[in-house]
Amino acid sequence: MTALVIAEHNNQELKPVTLNTVTAALELDQDLHILVAGSNCSAIAESAAKIEGVSKVILTDSLEYENCLAENISILISKISGDYDFILAPTTTNGKNVMPRVAALLDVCQISDVSAVVSSDTFQRPIYAGNCIATVQSNDPKKVITVRTTGFDPANAESGAAEIITLQEVNDAGISQFVKEEIAQSDRPELTAADVIISGGRGMQNGENFSLLEGIADKLGAAIGASRAAVDSGFVPNDYQVGQTGKIVAPDLYIAVGISGAIQHLAGMKDSKVIVAINKDEDAPIFQVADYGLVADLFEAMPELESKI
Amino acid sequence: MKILVPVKRVVDYNVKVRPKSDESGVDLNNVKMALNPFCEIAIEEAVKLKEAGKVEEIIAVTVGTSASQEQLRTTLALGADRAILIETDTETEPLGISKLLKAIVEKESPDLIILGKQAIDGDNNQTGQMLGALLGYPQATFASEVNLEGDKAIVTREIDGGLQTLSINMPAIITTDLRLNEPRYASLPNIMKAKSKPLDVIPADDLGVDITPRMTTLKVSLPPQREAGVMVETVDDLLDKLKNEAKVIS
Ligand SMILES: Cc1cc2nc3c(=O)[nH]c(=O)nc-3n(C[C@H](O)[C@H](O)[C@H](O)COP(=O)(O)OP(=O)(O)OC[C@H]3O[C@@H](n4cnc5c(N)ncnc54)[C@H](O)[C@@H]3O)c2cc1C
Ligand SMILES: Nc1ncnc2c1ncn2[C@@H]1O[C@H](COP(=O)(O)O)[C@@H](O)[C@H]1O
Repeated sequence: MTALVIAEHNNQELKPVTLNTVTAALELDQDLHILVAGSNCSAIAESAAKIEGVSKVILTDSLEYENCLAENISILISKISGDYDFILAPTTTNGKNVMPRVAALLDVCQISDVSAVVSSDTFQRPIYAGNCIATVQSNDPKKVITVRTTGFDPANAESGAAEIITLQEVNDAGISQFVKEEIAQSDRPELTAADVIISGGRGMQNGENFSLLEGIADKLGAAIGASRAAVDSGFVPNDYQVGQTGKIVAPDLYIAVGISGAIQHLAGMKDSKVIVAINKDEDAPIFQVADYGLVADLFEAMPELESKI
Repeated sequence: MKILVPVKRVVDYNVKVRPKSDESGVDLNNVKMALNPFCEIAIEEAVKLKEAGKVEEIIAVTVGTSASQEQLRTTLALGADRAILIETDTETEPLGISKLLKAIVEKESPDLIILGKQAIDGDNNQTGQMLGALLGYPQATFASEVNLEGDKAIVTREIDGGLQTLSINMPAIITTDLRLNEPRYASLPNIMKAKSKPLDVIPADDLGVDITPRMTTLKVSLPPQREAGVMVETVDDLLDKLKNEAKVIS
């Protein structure tokens, strides 16, 4: 039996969530291959080959895969699926976009957002915004899985030495085209990989006030996140959103500032190791999950915090 | 042009769902049910396209028990022209649902199918993509902007790093993200009017599709609960705790 992990990358760097996905895959199967599909991405294959536990890297380097169009990639994965019992990708927007198509092409169910592996056919996954954990068993011959990366430690990225094989497989479904991409540039760590996150909510009042968090983030090496209300109000871009329908994070330290703590927000951060909440309303539900709560006006507390860290 | 909008009846998003005491499933006794929020956004987008003169007919469809007629009436009040219930009492999974929806697509030949990105009960985020694969249609998931130009849909998508724009050939699949639009409320006259709009019921068995579940839920339990934390009085106290107790900053 062999497992296949779909590498998450942007043709320039291998994303760290791939490492957590590898750990999940190794719990299912000790023989593990990784697929690097993209364009001009041989450097990614080299990074992938260094991940501990990976025995083979399959590199398909072709223009059709440059932007990870689901129509093309899903055909590729389904074509090579014959050799695999488990096909896994991280629960990122890419994984969520591509993997259900793969599952449908293979006529199997997808097990979404697996947070723990119980056995080779049984998995845990959060449902209802994480208010319940379902233990599910799949009877399908192949398991197509997306992995909640906060549930698994990252695999060692430097100690492996897998062979790289090149696969010429061109699949252009010809029904979708990439037009453009606007990727936010930031020197800060990515939300899903950060050890510390400081997030702002509607209480921040506007986008400029997020500078109150930036100074602290700089000092702590933190990523900046937000509630949906802050994103909807246009304070910060959409990719800052933490929650049921945004990013799922579990840093060592999560600081929620001016966030009330709706179920949908908690769904994205309540597995953080230490949670700090700063809110002027002492009844805010966020305090129920916080390890340390401070009832304060953020416009006074944030400058003080920044100066004292 | 015709739009098909698959929708789902789910527990209202304000309800904090709990497992049954024997952990055999989710406790749905007396909980408030509603139209899945992402499906509301899907209906709204279809209605806006119709109001812009680009669409003639909007058909809402759901796979579910006869109780789902309530949510279909809601879609009719929000602006769908007619509705279809594919009735079944068995648990359905995204793969089975997609197969049933495919059968409806083959009957109705819509130009566009707009679904929610995710149903907030199972949080699966699968059905639109699976339907796309089964039909061989292109997809634009997690849409935050939709423009129709000739036989193409130009869709901006919310992706992890920011935004991506795709051009996809119709017939196509679109799944909605939260910021695509702000759904309207149904007005009282429209709720009244919805009562006389057509709502067809088709037994799932009549569609000749195998929807046998592939997964078994063995158990539904509570997630690990966090221990109660402490309140601190000042920023100094907070920093002291973070440094010396939690040891998460130095
Ligand atoms: C289908 C669906 C999916 C959703 N998905 C998500 C998701 O993924 N992520 C998400 O976050 N939300 C999500 N939501 C929205 C969620 O329900 C809440 O509406 C949202 O999280 C509220 O954001 P907030 O806490 O910033 O705003 P509010 O609830 O308005 O809270 C603002 C808080 O700021 C405090 N405050 C105000 N001024 C100050 C001050 N000067 N100093 C200190 N504190 C102050 C207030 O006391 C209040 O507690 C979703 C909703 C739906 C229906
Ligand atoms: N039972 C159903 N009937 C019709 N459409 C559905 C059903 N379940 C899910 N969908 C559609 O698929 C979307 C995504 O659901 P899911 O894949 O379950 O997260 C929903 O927002 C609906 O648009």
